[in-house]
Amino acid sequence: MTSLRSRAGTAALAAVPLLALAVFFLYPVGGMLARGFWPEGSFAPGRVLEVLARPRVHRVLWFTLWSAAAATAVAIVTGVPVAFALHRLRFPGRDLVRALVVVPFVLPTVVVGVAFRQLIAPSGPLGRLGLDGTATAIVAALVFFNVSVVVRTVGSFWEAIDPRREEAAAALGASPAQVFRTVTLPALLPGIVSAASVVFLFCATSFGVVLTMGGLRYANVETEIYLLTTQELDLTGAAALSVLQVLVISALLALSARVRRSVVPVDRTTKRVPRPRRAHLPVLAWTAAVVVFLMAPLASLVVASLRRGESWGLQNYRALGTTGERNALLVPATQGLANSLQVALVASLLALSLGAAVAFLVSRPGGGRPTAVLDGLFMLPLGVSAVTVGFGFLITLDRPPLDLRTSPMLIPIAQAMVALPLVVRTVGPVLRSVDDRQRQAASSLGAGPLRVLLTVDLPVAWRSLLAAAGFAFAVSLGEFGATSFLARDDRPTLPVVIYRLIGHPGAENFGMAMAASVVLAATTAAVMFAVQRLRVGSMGAF
Amino acid sequence: MKGLEVGDLTVQFGSTVAVDHVDLEVPAGSVVAVLGPSGCGKSTLLRAVAGLEVPASGSVAYDGHSLAGVPTHKRGFALMFQDGQLFEHLDVGANIAYPLRLRHRSRAVQGQRVAELLDLVGLQGYGDRTPATLSGGERQRVALARALAVDPRLLLLDEPLSALDRGLRERLAGDLHDILRRAGATAMLVTHDHEEAFAVADRMAVMRDGRIVQGGTLDEVWRRPADGWTARFLGYATVLSGEGARRLRQLAAPSATWESVALRRSALRVDAAGPLTARVQEARVTPDQIRVQLDVDGAGSLPAVADPGTDVRVGASVRVSIDTSRIAPVPVER
Repeated sequence: MTSLRSRAGTAALAAVPLLALAVFFLYPVGGMLARGFWPEGSFAPGRVLEVLARPRVHRVLWFTLWSAAAATAVAIVTGVPVAFALHRLRFPGRDLVRALVVVPFVLPTVVVGVAFRQLIAPSGPLGRLGLDGTATAIVAALVFFNVSVVVRTVGSFWEAIDPRREEAAAALGASPAQVFRTVTLPALLPGIVSAASVVFLFCATSFGVVLTMGGLRYANVETEIYLLTTQELDLTGAAALSVLQVLVISALLALSARVRRSVVPVDRTTKRVPRPRRAHLPVLAWTAAVVVFLMAPLASLVVASLRRGESWGLQNYRALGTTGERNALLVPATQGLANSLQVALVASLLALSLGAAVAFLVSRPGGGRPTAVLDGLFMLPLGVSAVTVGFGFLITLDRPPLDLRTSPMLIPIAQAMVALPLVVRTVGPVLRSVDDRQRQAASSLGAGPLRVLLTVDLPVAWRSLLAAAGFAFAVSLGEFGATSFLARDDRPTLPVVIYRLIGHPGAENFGMAMAASVVLAATTAAVMFAVQRLRVGSMGAF
Repeated sequence: MKGLEVGDLTVQFGSTVAVDHVDLEVPAGSVVAVLGPSGCGKSTLLRAVAGLEVPASGSVAYDGHSLAGVPTHKRGFALMFQDGQLFEHLDVGANIAYPLRLRHRSRAVQGQRVAELLDLVGLQGYGDRTPATLSGGERQRVALARALAVDPRLLLLDEPLSALDRGLRERLAGDLHDILRRAGATAMLVTHDHEEAFAVADRMAVMRDGRIVQGGTLDEVWRRPADGWTARFLGYATVLSGEGARRLRQLAAPSATWESVALRRSALRVDAAGPLTARVQEARVTPDQIRVQLDVDGAGSLPAVADPGTDVRVGASVRVSIDTSRIAPVPVER
C-alpha cells in the first residue's frame, strides 16, 4: 500500500520535469531536426547525407575535433598539478585561489572571447606574439575556460585518496615518482577520464568563444549551425550537423557515465592536508603561473574598459547608460543588465525546482535502470548545441497552444534547460551521500516521507541547493548560444548587448563593450564567490 | 644487536606537542609494542620513525646510522596500517609483489615469493582475488604479507588489528605473533589495546600525553605498573590505596612496604577458607565465572569473582581469598 502510494508519488514527481524536458527541450530540438529531414514536408534523408559530404563540413568537423582534443589535453596537463596544490596542500589564500580558478568557467563566453581578443590583438599587451585570429588563440581560450573543470573534478578524486595508501607505498620503498605512477595515478584515472570527457564536450560545443575569436577562418560545428541557420538559411545543413552532434555527444555522455559508475567508492578521510614542503615548490609555481594565465585576459579587459583612445577614466562605464555611438543599441546597455538579472532570476528558480526534483529521484537507492535513464536524459542539454535549442524554440514554440514568441518566459525557459544538468550534477551527489539507513531510521521513528525529506535530506542538501541556484544564476547570466536567437532587440540580455557592440565600429562602442564585459564578469564572479563560500564539493565537478 | 634507536624525539604540530622527548629502542629481532590511549601521540611517533613526520628535535637511528633527512622510501622499513591500505586496483598477488616490483626482481622470484608469503599468512591460492572481495581479516593478512615481502629492516604496525571484531582479533593476534617470529622480523607496533600488545610483542612502552611513562619487558611492565593510570590502562580493575591497601598488604605480603596496589578483577575470589570477610553488593553470572562487587571489611567496595554455582546472593556475607599473583604494587599517587 505504502509502496504503491510512494511509487505514485515518485511518478508524479518525475512527471513535471519530464514534461518540461519534453516540451521545452526534446520538442524544439526535434522540430529543428525535423526541418532538416523533412525539408519540403517530405522525408528526404539523402539531403542530409549530401550535407555531410561537403568539403566545408569536413573542414568544420576536423577543426571541431582537433581543437577540442588539443584543448582537452592541454587543460588536463595544466589542471592536474593545480588540483594537487588546491586539494592536497594547505596554505594561506588557498580558498581564494580555488575561487579564482572557478571564475573563468562561469564567465560568459562572449566576455572570454572579447577578453582574449583584447589581450592578443595587434594593439594588445600580447599583440607581438601574432596570435590574433589563430587556432592557437582559440585553443588557449578553450583551455582558459575548462581548466577549472579539471581542477575541481580531479581535485575531488584526489581528496578522496587516503594519503596513508601513498604512505604505505613509500614505506615499501616507492620513490615519490613511483608512488604517483603506481598508486595515485590509477586512483585518479577515473577522475581524469571523466574530466577529459566533459571538457572535450564543452570544447566541441563551444559557441561564444569560437564565434568571437574564429572570425571567418575558423568555425566549429556549433558556430557553423549558427551560420547556416542565420546567414544562409540552410536548415537542412544545420539539421544534419545537429544530428551528427547529438550522436557524438550522446556517445560521449554514455562513456563518461560509465566511467563514473565504475569508480570504486572510497572513504573520504577527514585528515587534515599538510602544509607545502620544499619539494612542492614546482607545483606551487605552476599553480601561480596558471592563475596568472587565468587572470591575464581579465586584467587586460579591465584595463581596456578604463580607456578610450588616449584618455583614461570611467567614461566607458558612464556610456553604459546610453545606446552607444550611432545608436548601436535600441536600449541603453544598463537596461540589458537589468533584463539579464531578471531573466537569470526566473531561469535559476526554474532550473532549481526542476533540477532538485530530478536530483532527488536519481539519488534514491536501488533505482536501477529507470534512474540511470532519467539521469542520462537530463544530461542531454549539456551536449546538445544551445544554438540548436534556441533555434528550435523559435520554429516550434511559435504557434498555439504554445505561442511563446512574445512571452517574457521564452528566454528564462531556454536558459533553465541549459542550466538543468548543472543543478542535477551539483545536488545529486550530495543527496546520494546520505546513508539510506538514516532515512529508514527516521521513518521507523515515525517520520512520514515528507518529514524524512525535511529532517534528513534537506539539512544535508540545503547548501548544495543554494549553490546550485547560484550556479544556475551565473550560467544563465552568461548564456549566449540559445539567447542569441531568442532575445529581441528591444529586450536584449547583457551578453547580447556586448556582442552587438563589438560588431559595430567606433571607439565608444568598443569601450562600452569592454565596460559591459567587466560588469557582467564582476556580477557572475560575485555570485560565484558567494556560492563558493557554501563549500559544496560536487559543485562544478563532473 | 642494534636496531631502532629513538633518542629524545619531539614532534610538534604548530604549538601542540604530539611526541614529547621520547626515548625508545627496538632491538633487532624483537617486537616492541607502544601502548597508549588514542591521541597519546603513538601514531605520530610511528610516523616519525617511518619518515612521514619531520621531528622538531631528537634523533631516529637504525643500526647506529642516523635517519635524519632519509626519505621514507629509502629507509628500508615497511608500514602496515589499521585498515591495510591495499591497492584496490591491483589483485592480491600484485599487492604483495608491489615492493618486489619496485626493486626490479624477476617475475619468477616475484611469483615464488608471493606464494611463500601467502603460505606464511595462511592465504594459499588467494593471489588472483581482488582486495574488494576479501574480509577484514584477510585484508590485514595480505597487508602483512606485502609488508614482509622484501624482509624490511623494521616493520611498523599501526593498530594492525583494531579494525577487526573481537574473535578475529584474538585469533589474528596469535597468528601475527607466530608469523613475525617465523619471519625473524624486527617490529614496532602501536596500539591502544593492551591485549593486542601482550599477544604480539616481547617488550612494551606505555605512552601518555606524548611521553613514554614506562618501558620494559611484558613481565616487568605487568608486574610493576609505573602508576595507577598505567595499571588501569593495562587492564587492572581497581587501584587501592590508604587503609584498604594496608589491610590487603598485611594479608598478602606482610614484609612489603607498598602503600598502593592495583588489583585484577580475579585477585579477590569468594572462598569459604579466605581470610577476608565481605558483603555481596552485586552479582552477575558470566559463562566462566560469577562477577561480584563486594563490600570488603576494612578495604571498601571491590570487584571480585566467584566460581559458578557459589551462593552469592546480594546481601549475603562471604569470605574472600587473595591471589597475590594478580595484584601489583604501584607508587602512591601524588
